[in-house]
Amino acid sequence: MANKNESLGKTLFVVIALCLVCAIIVAGSAVGLKPLQEKNAALDMQRNVLDAAGLLTPETDVIAVFEDRVDTRLINLDTLEAVEAVDGKNAIEYDPIASAKKAGLGTKLEKSEDVAGIGALENVAKVYFINGADGALETVVVYVRGYGLWGTMYGLMAVAPDMNTIKGINFYEHSETPGLGGEIQNPNWTASWQGKEIYDNGSVALDVTKNVTDKAHDIDALSGATLTSNGVENTMQFWFSDKAYGPLFDKIRKGELN
Amino acid sequence: MASAKEVKEVLFGPIFANNPIALQILGICSALAVTSKMENTVVMCIALTLVTAFSNLFISIIRNHIPSSVRIIVQMTIIASLVIVVDQVLRAYAYSIAKELSVFVGLIITNCIVMGRAEAYAMKSPPMLSFLDGIGNGLGYSVVLLTVGFVRELFGSGSLFGYQIMSLASEGGWYQPIGLLVLPPSAFFIIGGFIWVLRTFRTEQVEPKE
Repeated sequence: MANKNESLGKTLFVVIALCLVCAIIVAGSAVGLKPLQEKNAALDMQRNVLDAAGLLTPETDVIAVFEDRVDTRLINLDTLEAVEAVDGKNAIEYDPIASAKKAGLGTKLEKSEDVAGIGALENVAKVYFINGADGALETVVVYVRGYGLWGTMYGLMAVAPDMNTIKGINFYEHSETPGLGGEIQNPNWTASWQGKEIYDNGSVALDVTKNVTDKAHDIDALSGATLTSNGVENTMQFWFSDKAYGPLFDKIRKGELN
Repeated sequence: MASAKEVKEVLFGPIFANNPIALQILGICSALAVTSKMENTVVMCIALTLVTAFSNLFISIIRNHIPSSVRIIVQMTIIASLVIVVDQVLRAYAYSIAKELSVFVGLIITNCIVMGRAEAYAMKSPPMLSFLDGIGNGLGYSVVLLTVGFVRELFGSGSLFGYQIMSLASEGGWYQPIGLLVLPPSAFFIIGGFIWVLRTFRTEQVEPKE
């Protein structure tokens, strides 16, 4: 019995048969559950967007709010024109973060201009326009990201239609130290961003600092997390500058994209 | 068919008498990583128990046909497939938990408990007993993890399963949380304490002096 098991033929047969069976099971579960997983991922992102805009409560019906009030749009950051689809993906499916690194969909950043440490910037931005109950534009939510202490921090910024006043911020994915840099997710701290102004005389004045002097533009830094706080500030400096969202914000402010 | 006594020993032995973490010191890595919140801990315990039980079952069913020269690879293939299935199911039905656990669910593959039971028990025992042995070892793992998770979440964040039990000083309450407990190394101390208490009551587990 034992000898028969050890023969080359039997060994090959067992290994191949086992691999076939396991491959079918794994592939079956991956393919069968994929639609549900994608739905979950999309719902999770929608929840993040509403959270940034301050519209998320435990009772919020995320899907209904998105359908009624949120207009997801793709806007080319160079031409500032709205586009219908990028690379065959519509506004709902498009992933700006993955696109930044793809040839033709993103542009590599020079070291000197890459303040936030993100490597590449997507050509087309995904912007959420959230309307109030009266149908007028209430909040604009954009993606931001930048390097913190341990890795890239991914966030969403909600800005009022004046494209200057911050309505909320939500870092939905990061790898900062729990309890220190990880406090960028603390609701008390993110609440301190509300009402701050991004620009002062046309340049980005937002400052994450230990000494708050300018109440309109300064945000109190996180204690024990200097490098994370610096990373957050660099992220803001980059994304609201003319290299990224600056021109887009000008255009929205003038009402030319509504 | 195995006697009732044998079944009982296989199923409940690993909880205190032969605990995989406390006595055999296996599977420590995930015990450190996933125990900062009870919710994650419970999901991890269920995932590991299921993987151990079913990998034991399948390995035991084909144990007489596994060539010994490739037996570890065969075991790994079965375990890895089960872990992928568990990960996919979690992503489909418990997305937010899966997001936090994803890396550690994948690491069940290398969890010494699963491999250890497959090699030490399932390779020489009948399927039903192997299945129960997997459940039993999963329970033994769960007892330690839940204890660690309970202490860490209650005293580290003042909450249990996300519900605030003790109001935090940072939010105007009275409880100043112990920051160390939020970080993984604190689990070492709690597991150490668990082993100490266990060996005080079960002196036969104390190792002889060298």
